[in-house]
Amino acid sequence: MSFVPGQPLTAVVQRIQIQKLRQGENLILGFSIGGGIDQDPGQNPFSDDKTDKGIYVTRITPGGPADAAGLRMGDKLMQVNGWDMTMVTHDQARKRLTKKNEDVVRLLVTRKSLEEAVKQSMGSFPRQ
Amino acid sequence: MDTESTYSGYSYYSGRSRGSHRHGERSRDRHKTRSKDSRSEKSVTINTPPAEPLLGDSAVRGEQVQDDNWGETTTAVTGTSEHSLSQEDIVRITKDLEDSVGLDCRRYFTLALAVILGLLVFLTPLAFLVLPHLLWPEKLQSCGTACEGLFISVAFKLLILLLAVWALFFRPPRAGLPRVFVFRALLAVLVLLFVVSYWLFYGVRILDSQDENYQGIVQYAVSLVDALLFIHYLAIVLLELRQLQPCFSVCVTRSTDGEIRHYNLGQLSIQRAALAILEHYYCDFPVSNPALLSASKSRAAKHLAGLKVYNVDGEFPEAPAEGPGNNAAAGLVHSQSRAMIAAAARRRDTSHNELYYEEAEHERRVRKRKARLVVAVEEAFTHIKRMQEEEQKKAPGDVMDPREAAQAIFPSMARALQKYLRTTKQQHCHSMESIQQHLAFCITNNMTPKAFLESYLTPGPTLQYSRDHWRARQWTLISEASVTSGLKDGSIFLLKCVDFSLVVTTKKIPYIQMSEEYIDPKSHKFVLRLQSETSV
Repeated sequence: MSFVPGQPLTAVVQRIQIQKLRQGENLILGFSIGGGIDQDPGQNPFSDDKTDKGIYVTRITPGGPADAAGLRMGDKLMQVNGWDMTMVTHDQARKRLTKKNEDVVRLLVTRKSLEEAVKQSMGSFPRQ
Repeated sequence: MDTESTYSGYSYYSGRSRGSHRHGERSRDRHKTRSKDSRSEKSVTINTPPAEPLLGDSAVRGEQVQDDNWGETTTAVTGTSEHSLSQEDIVRITKDLEDSVGLDCRRYFTLALAVILGLLVFLTPLAFLVLPHLLWPEKLQSCGTACEGLFISVAFKLLILLLAVWALFFRPPRAGLPRVFVFRALLAVLVLLFVVSYWLFYGVRILDSQDENYQGIVQYAVSLVDALLFIHYLAIVLLELRQLQPCFSVCVTRSTDGEIRHYNLGQLSIQRAALAILEHYYCDFPVSNPALLSASKSRAAKHLAGLKVYNVDGEFPEAPAEGPGNNAAAGLVHSQSRAMIAAAARRRDTSHNELYYEEAEHERRVRKRKARLVVAVEEAFTHIKRMQEEEQKKAPGDVMDPREAAQAIFPSMARALQKYLRTTKQQHCHSMESIQQHLAFCITNNMTPKAFLESYLTPGPTLQYSRDHWRARQWTLISEASVTSGLKDGSIFLLKCVDFSLVVTTKKIPYIQMSEEYIDPKSHKFVLRLQSETSV
């Protein structure tokens, strides 16, 4: 998941669709995010590359909509409803996720286990 | 040209030492510098003390003084002839030197030259002023007010010159150095040339032509005194100021026990640097105690006696490389030593074990004795009490002065102290008399028992001990470079005395290139490291 500035980023991603839950006035998703280009990347416990300023899932409320949809702690959000999440500030990310007129967010997330799963499945078919 | 220049301390009281701070030293050495460059010869004479004609007799010395070419015709005395003396001879010599009044012709010669040069320098301006009045008084113009003002200035400048010369040169000599002090010689030559040229000019232009302008003559004399003051300034800079800025770091190692000290010296010649180092040596280095080295010597002897090598191939094992062309014997010796080294490496040596336990045992013994000593001394000190003034008037019975008080309490601690000194092998450094003196001193100055004991628990610098302990006041300077050449980076020389030698190595203090960087006080700004977590 390391990136080279200026070069396109490739990652294996998983599509996750979360239905927002209405709790009184607010629509909640049931997880917490951390990170952003205005934050300190060195304190991110989930990233491999400590210069990665992307948005990471830091906490999942158990039993909430995100948990039910398959989001895991430590996932990096790549896109939210088509909006890029790799180069946004923390506040911009929060705003994209909490738009009042949307009930559903479609996320593209990536995690290390996805890469390894793909590598394993590719490796089990040796090239002739 | 790396010959050795050796010097023995007999010349400590020779003419060099006395004259080294006088003008005469410079003019005597002017003879040397004028005749030939004696520094390139690297031959040194040894001045024998007057009472003990050990290496020559006074007749030889006398003719050396008058001979101008003595730098070429004397022979160098090598180290072997000095070291053939025994300890008692050396002690006897130093005692005689201290007692003798100093009948050394050389010293008086340099003193006489110094006085002559000084008188020449001081009387010249006065002569310039007085001679016209004596020789052509009727033709001379009368001296007006400006001219008389110049008289006052000449008088005061001469007084200042006199005081300055007294302050700089008339100091008790610290040491006798082997070679001439180059700067003093040069200054003497300069002064003499200067005065001679002034006299020449005066003789030709003023005496011969009998100049009437007296004010001009007085101004000429004033210019002479001014120039002499400037030469004195030059003398201060060359002799005193130039070596103040530290330029070299010297590392002084004692050869017997490896004590190392580092000093900073300025730009000095090797002999002056050696003198400075020796003065530091007496103040800083702990006293040299040969008794402490006996353990390592016995271990070395045991190593040597461990193996014997026999050659069973039938060749002759003796004749260990006597002839320089004896290759077979040399090869034999090489193989023998190699065999010994190999065998010693293979042998299971337990001497390190013995050393470890021996040292631990010694440490324990020293600590036990020290504990007993401390207790004994503290108890002894409680037996006497200082009497107050009022009590002194009231009860004049059994009152003791410090020496008697020391003698009274000394026996109770004498045994413990002696045992401690024996264990730490210091018993020859302190005599009973010196211990009692020290005790009286401590009692007089209200010192605690711990203060009294400190000088016995740690070995102090050499100067602290009694005079016959620092017997080595004669030192030999051994150097490959000429001893009047300056210190350089990497120069090495030895200072040898009877018991040990000091190895001195020099390193230049590096040139430091410093640059500046300006930091605006307003540029100190900080940000918080953000790490927020938002729930969505």
